[in-house]
Amino acid sequence: MAPPAQSQRSPSPSQPSGKSEVSDLKLQLRQLAGSRAPGVDDSKRELFKKVISYMTIGIDVSSLFGEMVMCSATSDIVLKKMCYLYVGNYAKVNPDLALLTINFLQRDCRDEDPMIRGLALRSLCSLRVANLVEYLVGPLGSGLKDSNSYVRMVAVMGVLKLYHISASTCIDADFPSILKHLMLHDSDTQVVANCLSALQEIWSAEASTSEEASREREALISKPVIYYLLNRIKEFSEWAQCLVLELVTKYVPSDSSEIFDIMNLLEDRLQHANGAVVLATIRVFLQLTLSMTDVHQQVYEHIKAPLLTLVSSGSPEQSYAVLSHLHLLVMRAPYVFSSDYKHFYCQYNEPSYVKRLKLEMLTAVANESNTYEIVTELCEYAANVDIPIARESIRAVGKIALQQYDVNAIVDRLLQFLEMEKDYVTAEALVLVKDLLRKYPQWSHDCIAVVGNISSKNVQEPKAKAALIWMLGEYSQDMQDAPYVLESLVENWDEEHSAEVRLHLLTAVMKCFFKRPPETQSALGAALAAGIADFHQDVHDRALFYYRILRYNVSVAERVVNPPKQAVSVFADTQSSEIKDRIFDEFNSLSVLYQKPSYMFTDKEHRVPLEFADELGNLSIGEAANNVVPTQMVEENDKDLLLTTSEKEETKGSRNNGSAYTVPYDGSSTSVFASQAQIESAVSNPTLAGHSPQASFAIDDLLGLGIPATPAVPSPPQLKLNTKAALDPSTFQQKWRQLPVALSQEISVNPQGVAALTAPQALLRHMQSHSIHCIASGGQSPNFKFFFFAQKFEESSNYLVECVINTSSAKAQVKIKADDQNTSQDFSTLFESALSKFGTS
Amino acid sequence: MISQFFVLSQRGDNIVFRDYRGEVAKGSAEIFFRKVKFWKEDGQEEAPPVFNVDGVNYFHVKVVGLLFVATTRVNVSPSLVLELLQRIARVIKDYLGVLSEDSLRKNFVLVYEMLDEVIDFGYVQTTSTEVLKSYVFNEPIVVDAARLQPLGPAAIFMQGTKRMPGTAVTKSVVANEPGGRKREEIFVDIIEKISVTFSSSGYILTSEIDGTIQMKSYLSGNPEIRLALNEDLSIGRGGGTIYDYRSSSGSGAVILDDCNFHESVRLDSFDMDRTLSLVPPDGEFPVMNYRMTQEFKPPFRINCLIEEAGQLKAEVIIKVRAEFPSNITANTIAVQMPLPKYTTRASFELEPGAVGQRTDFKEANKKLEWGLKKIVGGSEHTLRAKLTFSQESHANLTKEAGPVSMTFTIPMYNVSRLQVKYLQIAKKSSSYNPYRWVRYVTQANSYVARI
Repeated sequence: MAPPAQSQRSPSPSQPSGKSEVSDLKLQLRQLAGSRAPGVDDSKRELFKKVISYMTIGIDVSSLFGEMVMCSATSDIVLKKMCYLYVGNYAKVNPDLALLTINFLQRDCRDEDPMIRGLALRSLCSLRVANLVEYLVGPLGSGLKDSNSYVRMVAVMGVLKLYHISASTCIDADFPSILKHLMLHDSDTQVVANCLSALQEIWSAEASTSEEASREREALISKPVIYYLLNRIKEFSEWAQCLVLELVTKYVPSDSSEIFDIMNLLEDRLQHANGAVVLATIRVFLQLTLSMTDVHQQVYEHIKAPLLTLVSSGSPEQSYAVLSHLHLLVMRAPYVFSSDYKHFYCQYNEPSYVKRLKLEMLTAVANESNTYEIVTELCEYAANVDIPIARESIRAVGKIALQQYDVNAIVDRLLQFLEMEKDYVTAEALVLVKDLLRKYPQWSHDCIAVVGNISSKNVQEPKAKAALIWMLGEYSQDMQDAPYVLESLVENWDEEHSAEVRLHLLTAVMKCFFKRPPETQSALGAALAAGIADFHQDVHDRALFYYRILRYNVSVAERVVNPPKQAVSVFADTQSSEIKDRIFDEFNSLSVLYQKPSYMFTDKEHRVPLEFADELGNLSIGEAANNVVPTQMVEENDKDLLLTTSEKEETKGSRNNGSAYTVPYDGSSTSVFASQAQIESAVSNPTLAGHSPQASFAIDDLLGLGIPATPAVPSPPQLKLNTKAALDPSTFQQKWRQLPVALSQEISVNPQGVAALTAPQALLRHMQSHSIHCIASGGQSPNFKFFFFAQKFEESSNYLVECVINTSSAKAQVKIKADDQNTSQDFSTLFESALSKFGTS
Repeated sequence: MISQFFVLSQRGDNIVFRDYRGEVAKGSAEIFFRKVKFWKEDGQEEAPPVFNVDGVNYFHVKVVGLLFVATTRVNVSPSLVLELLQRIARVIKDYLGVLSEDSLRKNFVLVYEMLDEVIDFGYVQTTSTEVLKSYVFNEPIVVDAARLQPLGPAAIFMQGTKRMPGTAVTKSVVANEPGGRKREEIFVDIIEKISVTFSSSGYILTSEIDGTIQMKSYLSGNPEIRLALNEDLSIGRGGGTIYDYRSSSGSGAVILDDCNFHESVRLDSFDMDRTLSLVPPDGEFPVMNYRMTQEFKPPFRINCLIEEAGQLKAEVIIKVRAEFPSNITANTIAVQMPLPKYTTRASFELEPGAVGQRTDFKEANKKLEWGLKKIVGGSEHTLRAKLTFSQESHANLTKEAGPVSMTFTIPMYNVSRLQVKYLQIAKKSSSYNPYRWVRYVTQANSYVARI
């Protein structure tokens, strides 16, 4: 019987389940099963094809299992392969029937043809049926010893598959140690590569429960293994090279000559046409040189050209992946790329995700010499047909303005944007001008002249409208018709849908009132009335608050709502440097594309390759890291608190007058604004009692920013330390060698401290709670020696300390070295105070 | 390590679906397709090649309208996966001769066979067409290439030029030709994509050449090949900024900023005589990719003028001048220009006697389009368009329209002056003389004139 011609109709998932077709196929397969007629193989092929095409489009053909197995007695290799594919797909849901296939698969595993042996072994291991594992051990064992490399290659992956079906069977059969032997001795590099993949997976999974496994895992990155693989690297396929390079990243060379040897050996990998090989090589280079600042710098210079070549060759998808990595490097070291800015110009036909990366890069590399050209280019994009990109371009111009000293020309450009009369351009530009004024109040004159010409009717976007209103309030003395514009806005209160805008309007009218009372009075009355009647809780509360404070005392109200402001010097970065470092550590992975560290997008169980790196990282941070969790957690909470508040400060700038912190309101308005000290104690004491001093400094500071009664003389900035500072030992060592001693002094240790210092760990924990971290410690009573380090808050400026404490003399010899010498005295004070509190709390 | 691999048609149907590790649920293809299709509500933005949905990472590349997709839960190297997807597409093309939805559907069993060897349990085993040949047993069912959308830049050689054997590039590496004999031949294509941005005054703001020497060998027995490039070729521009135009133009030397090479290429004598030697593997592959920012003469000059012509009216004049020799002809030229948003109508006026030209005003996205079948070197073409506006323009018209962008293909011409001086094939016997095709082509990547 001739098989029906294969249907040309393209199947689609929406078509009926194909039940009748399947039973049809079943019948035909049965008829063919026993037949030995000539040409039967061809008929079978057609039928098998049909089965597999159904399988592909998602029709369930598992009911044919029995018939498929019956038909599989054949010497035709194409048929065999189709059958293997089918069996692999459905064995898991048909464990009983899968048993039927074991027989012929095992027989095929002993076939003369190595191809058949390999295929059968692969299929056997792909069944994924737990109660069949006993049948795998034998064939796998002989497969690993097979004379043919193809079979060995398959067998090694088979071991890994077995491990995932039944880890204990795999371990009991001692397969991992066979793989280890093969990895170091097999002549075929793909066998070696597969062993490496399999062992990494197996030992990483086992490491949590078995110490031996974690030792074995460590052994993978031992010098002999690494050198063995590195010396053969060119024999490996490009994909296996990536695997080896990834392993090398985890290797810690003993000295710099080793580092240079490895880099020289891998040098030509940078010229590989495969981007994955190049990026893996770059990662090795970057990791190896982390503690060698000059060389690290040279690496950046060196990898620039290959990266740019990869970006411009290959498919758009590949170049996007490479560009994301380039983006990461540019953000880390913009100055290295500042002369390459033209490479980051957008091409009109690039997808938005590429343009966005490029805009950020252009923003980052802008410096005194190229700003003019970059801003000119960005201004071209502002007229772009792609509106989201046009917006981003304008924002980029603004960011450049905020990070430059000479913003003269840029301000002009921004003001030109306002004159372009495209609503989205105006909207973006308004927001920018507002931010610019908060940082450079000296530009107010020029800006206000232009902003004054913008009709509030042409501004619809809430953010832009809020910005405009903020400026009207803040600069109402300079803008002739500010009270009238505000008044008309108040008149249309009900049509304003955005609560954010209404909040701004309230505050702006208040400010305007203090500056030009007669002109604003009626508007203020209307605004407060509308605000108090507002259905939005925040708007209502703020209006009521303004109303009551005005009633209490107008001049107090002015001090609260419209205090003199200090210019914002730096807008908070949205991403912490810790996260950025984390992403950098995960170079050549998805973390770079998503711009978040892997723990944010990967489930725990799939974090295998990374946990590896994590543990290494922990090892280097220092022994005390695990013991201090409670304190650290508390501090993190504190920091979170600070962060959220300061973010508010950033995004809702003008709001902080009224609502960035909540003042307890109890109806008796008299006591509320008694004095700053009272507020301070009310706010800071309950949350901060018993906490480290620098945390409360931060709160003080923050409050100082907004509280009206703050004395005009700003106190000198207190030194704040990063609670989560991190430094790896090699960097520490290197810095210790390079930096001169900034301060050397003797400090007395109080008796309680001496008593508490029975072991080094006690002091470590204590100092850690003061954000001074230990990198190494040792000694016994009476002599203890410590190396500490600390980092300035939000800056990567380090302090290194050598501290030798003699408990019998109750004296500490302290040597301090600092990246920033000017603050070493401050740090010393901090250190001394931290040390003096040891044992007292 | 990847979990699944699948190929979807433009409509989202599974053409091939292979699950390697059983870690990702079966519905992944649908989840993926929906996400790609509706990335942003306004449909304006394209989905990036990599994204994460519920802990599953989806990678995709688009090849001839098909989506090649891989999924994984692990934080892998994105370059590796994207490179792999691209490579799988190329290997399939090597086998089938033509890569298209039709050829894939006809050969899906072969593709499965191949996929089993390319990836095992999520780990790449091999992507070499050469190695795969000994593992793959299905014979490709060759589909007719003529009516199919071609793959890759080399495909432009199919578009008519008589010097080229039309079907050669679409020949499978395994299938025999109708006569039963395989023709001994080798193709070397020098493909250059150029990007130029002209300022509104015609000054070149940026320019770059991204080139590839692509090879496709049908030589039996894999003889060694020597490829000699210009002797005055130099690589890397020491010191200075890359965009220092004055530095090199006079000397005539070809200076590449940087380049990279295929694995098989040996550079033993490259430093001495600029010769690459290699044993070409089967199938198509890039011998060398290069990048150049050295100054070059742009093949086209574009002049554009837009000015008001009465109330609610404006006129656009676009001039394109071909600045290459007259024995060279560019083809499939398309010029585009966004017009002010409030344009309602555009009427066009071509120069008298114009043939093979086409004009269009795309109402939906307010774009002017001008297509030219060919432009002979040295000639100049002009388009005039009268625009009608629905509202008065307040601002400068040049801020509302443009820039002008252009795409084109110029066969047998390359702007970098990089050349293959000779192509030597290690001889098997004196009578062995395979066909050698060395072809050049220049294409526009991003060719833009601001107004």
